[in-house]
Amino acid sequence: MSALLEVKALEVAYGGIRALKGIDFEVNEGELVALIGANGAGKSTTLRALSSLVRPAAGTIRYRGEVTSALPSYALVRKGLALVPEGRGVFARLSVRENLEMGAYHRGDREIGKDLDRVFGLMPRLAERSTQLAGTLSGGEQQMLAIGRSLMSRPKLLLLDEPSMGLAPIMVQKVFEIVQTVAREGVTILLVEQNAKLALELSSRGYVMESGTISLSGPSAKLLADPKVREAYLGEAA
Amino acid sequence: MTFHPEIFLQQIINGLVLGSIYALVALGYTMVYGILGLINFAHGEVVMIGALTALSVILALHGAAPDLPAALFILAGTLVAIPVTMALGYTIERVAYRPLRNAPRLAPLITAIGVSIVLQNVALLVWGRSYRSWPPILPTTPHTILGANITDLQIFIVLAAAAIMAGLMLLVNKTKLGRAMRATAENPAVAGLMGVNVNVIISVTFVIGAALGAIAGVMVSANYQIAHYYMGFILGLKAFTAAVLGGIGNLAGAMLGGLLLGLIESLGAGYIGDLTGGFLGSHYQDVFAFFVLIVVLIFRPSGLVGERVAERA
Ligand SMILES: Nc1ncnc2c1ncn2[C@@H]1O[C@H](COP(=O)(O)OP(=O)(O)OP(=O)(O)O)[C@@H](O)[C@H]1O
Ligand SMILES: [Mg+2]
Repeated sequence: MSALLEVKALEVAYGGIRALKGIDFEVNEGELVALIGANGAGKSTTLRALSSLVRPAAGTIRYRGEVTSALPSYALVRKGLALVPEGRGVFARLSVRENLEMGAYHRGDREIGKDLDRVFGLMPRLAERSTQLAGTLSGGEQQMLAIGRSLMSRPKLLLLDEPSMGLAPIMVQKVFEIVQTVAREGVTILLVEQNAKLALELSSRGYVMESGTISLSGPSAKLLADPKVREAYLGEAA
Repeated sequence: MTFHPEIFLQQIINGLVLGSIYALVALGYTMVYGILGLINFAHGEVVMIGALTALSVILALHGAAPDLPAALFILAGTLVAIPVTMALGYTIERVAYRPLRNAPRLAPLITAIGVSIVLQNVALLVWGRSYRSWPPILPTTPHTILGANITDLQIFIVLAAAAIMAGLMLLVNKTKLGRAMRATAENPAVAGLMGVNVNVIISVTFVIGAALGAIAGVMVSANYQIAHYYMGFILGLKAFTAAVLGGIGNLAGAMLGGLLLGLIESLGAGYIGDLTGGFLGSHYQDVFAFFVLIVVLIFRPSGLVGERVAERA
């Protein structure tokens, strides 16, 4: 089976700062893959490069066999690659419903209404607040909205950047349940998380990033048991 | 000094006419600011080019067939002026602003002033230095209401401006394009992630603003019966003032600011003589706009309806 996403020797620099120093990884169709690592390791930068929000300095990104680094981000959504950015990025001055409609911006088909109902079914809180401005939602609701909005694009590959950030445990639970539901429906997911335990429990495979490189990779269960991972990311003494 | 209600009413009418025009021009400033955080100081010149283009068409048509109805002259002039300014607005953004998208804020501001000067000089070459007068096509006998006069043209200006602004509000608030414009104004990177081609939205914004500018240009030159290569400068500054007064970046604010500024100017010019015992006359009309600008900048820089402050990341 060929990989849905294949990254080779990817490097990204911000001015003089080398945020990614040549990383390799892949995500296969139907997988839920976790990407974990400390603050500043380069996780968001990786996702930003995958979405063409930053240009790689070197290396290749192949999505469905096609090299994408020269494509603008608006073209990638149309190909089924969606990013839920760090900090959610909801449109605060648009209503909840309008935010969701923005997710379907590139679509012209007749099933947008159906997908809207599906998102509202998945996230009843959003349905209740559909006419409210997104800026008035709680942090957790905004995260739901950001995920719901990305689903409106009918993604094949969904990139999630720290969906649990700043959420109370109960809300984290809900968000992860939704991620799991989406994954079960057949959407391939690359999940970036600070919450390594949750991410590794949810995923089948994982990568560990450390200052711009990938230091460990393997099946999530194995990573969860790895003493180095337990010490560094699960807060346990060695 | 006695109060004459019919004179007061007359000032209100004049103010609404002027204000409608200011509002249309102010929308061009505020839409571009809302989406790029950029003050397009060349917008006044776009209005001027619109006015002069329309007048040239009207003069040519009048030379060929002087007995056509006034509405037809105006329609023909406007229909030519709109695509001309649209192309101009598009080109200005592509050539002068897009290359500076990520430059420090001062750079596009200086470029805007440069574009203004270029456009003034182009107009000077094409239309010459002297004032161009409208041909006598408009009916001059006014209607009288409660002792005040209002012409067909004035009625038309106010109603057309209101209809256009209502249409713009519908476009921005109720259509997919409008939604993409608002999303882009709020966060262009995320709008891109939604599949929005941000460059297209920015071009559309400039083009719509320029079309509104052409219409305003025809209105203002019809109202004063003249057009001139330098007319865009003061008009642009006043409309910019109106946009700041309403809260720059906010569409409803630009409309409100435009109408208010028109009324302030008209009433101010009408009563300044009385208020200063004849020391200052109505030719001080232009001073009011700048007085308003300074007062707003000091006491309420975010404008009347502006919730957003001028600085944006
Ligand atoms: N726009 C930028 N300009 C300069 N440096 C940047 C920029 N964005 C990120 N960096 C740097 O690149 C490195 C990687 O940042 P990145 O945001 O990818 O980390 P991260 O793994 O997502 O961290 P976190 O878990 O805190 O979100 C950091 O050292 C950061 O300071
Ligand atoms: Mg990050």
